[in-house]
Amino acid sequence: MYFLQQPKKTKVVLLACGSFNPITNMHLRMFELARDHLEDTGQYEVVQGILSPVGDGYEKKGLIEASHRGEMAKLAAESSSWIGVDTWESRQANWLETVKVLRHHRQELLSREPDTDVVGTAKAGRKRKRMDASNEPRLMLLCGADMLDSFGVPGLWKPEDIEEIVSSYGLVCITRGGSDPEAFIQGSDLLWPHRHNIHVVREWVANDVSATHIRRALRRGHSVRYLLPDPVYIQERRLYTTESEQRNPGVVLAPLQKHAGRHE
Amino acid sequence: MGRIPLVLLACGSFNPITNQHMRLFELARDHMHHTGRFQVVGGIVSPVSDSYGKRGLVPAQHRVAMARLALHGSGWVTVDDWESRQPDWTETVVTLRHHLQKLLGQQPSAADLQMPHSSLEGSSEPPQLKLLCGADFLDTFRVPGLWRAEHVEELVGRFGLVCVSRGDLQADRAVHESDTLFRHRHNIFLVREWVRNETSATEIRRALRRGLSVKYLLPDAVIDYVREHQLYTWQSEQRNKDAVLRPLGQQGAPSEPLNDS
Repeated sequence: MYFLQQPKKTKVVLLACGSFNPITNMHLRMFELARDHLEDTGQYEVVQGILSPVGDGYEKKGLIEASHRGEMAKLAAESSSWIGVDTWESRQANWLETVKVLRHHRQELLSREPDTDVVGTAKAGRKRKRMDASNEPRLMLLCGADMLDSFGVPGLWKPEDIEEIVSSYGLVCITRGGSDPEAFIQGSDLLWPHRHNIHVVREWVANDVSATHIRRALRRGHSVRYLLPDPVYIQERRLYTTESEQRNPGVVLAPLQKHAGRHE
Repeated sequence: MGRIPLVLLACGSFNPITNQHMRLFELARDHMHHTGRFQVVGGIVSPVSDSYGKRGLVPAQHRVAMARLALHGSGWVTVDDWESRQPDWTETVVTLRHHLQKLLGQQPSAADLQMPHSSLEGSSEPPQLKLLCGADFLDTFRVPGLWRAEHVEELVGRFGLVCVSRGDLQADRAVHESDTLFRHRHNIFLVREWVRNETSATEIRRALRRGLSVKYLLPDAVIDYVREHQLYTWQSEQRNKDAVLRPLGQQGAPSEPLNDS
């Protein structure tokens, strides 16, 4: 009698950075699609999803306060058993490079108590410097194809950061209509060596309902019901208006500011 | 001159109801309200009866229950099971006539201004009932044997359509290419949904068969119901596989003689 040894599955935590301005059903769908895709390979077990709203220092046009964006994300994720919100990034005074957010969260994961099967034996509050390597969940960055494409925008990303993201962490990239992530990876000498660490998830049905679209609908007094988990928070506070969309007009996005003067 | 009170009726399989279906109502209401001529006072989801014979159709009691769960917090859209309870498939105009009758029966008479129908109060205009649909629906008028000409005439002439579609001019073309539709173009309201949102019930059933997540595409309460009753499986999709859609059978579409040679 043979006992077939099941290959050990790698535990994965998915981290999504973004404006979430506001969070939409599409953002949350990304997590669901990513989890299904990774688990379908038989190699992974997705144990946690983290939404990390960007800080106000990002200075994107129309970006409203992080406190609201974080709260909306929390409300939206409430019904999920595995997706939650982390506001560490949003509470930083200045904008942070994505790779720094990844480093922070990996550190957090490593110093967490390990899961134990026996309740009560984990010592509360004790930090462990080193986790059993086979237990350590892999932190991967979850994004849309537009983020992958943005790797090509001059001055937006430091090459060494991209390298670190795709080698030390990993990328799960959900396609949107009109983009071709595989072709982009193929054409990039930086990404190509790490292609096995970049998981492209094809979304077969187009779903272009973006936060931009939602803000536009709100400005015009149109309904956004059923596009996001619950628009009540936004409606009660009248968060998105013509005025709010004018915030940070013509301001250079923080990443571009930071890298100003760097020449390829 | 006051706004015309308007009720939107959507007929369909709702197999299952999705966020996309509910979006149609929201988009249509905004559009009709912005014309300045209408006051949308209600919406009705009318799931088709089982005798429609469409592939993969699960029992009407489930489809009605799911729609009710989904629209629980809506505030203006309700589910009506009259059509689903009819012994045979009901032509769309018959359903429309039934609901208009009901609607008109609710209108307070001039002599009785105490009636608690606030939505109809204050308007001198009689309420109207229009069919809410997607662009694909307009193309069905061209399918031989699917519609009776006099029904199309009554549908667009007497009732009217509110048709929600992507910004791709498919609906405009359908109106242009049909003399009947063209004649009644002022009673056909084309609502643009500029962003693609193709997450249809078909896709959702496919995902469910494959054990994939459909969260955030339809309300949690509906997902829970589907799980509890194990509704959408490979087996359920085989229902009515070889059946002829009821409208085609009933309206005497010429059937292909068996080619035995």
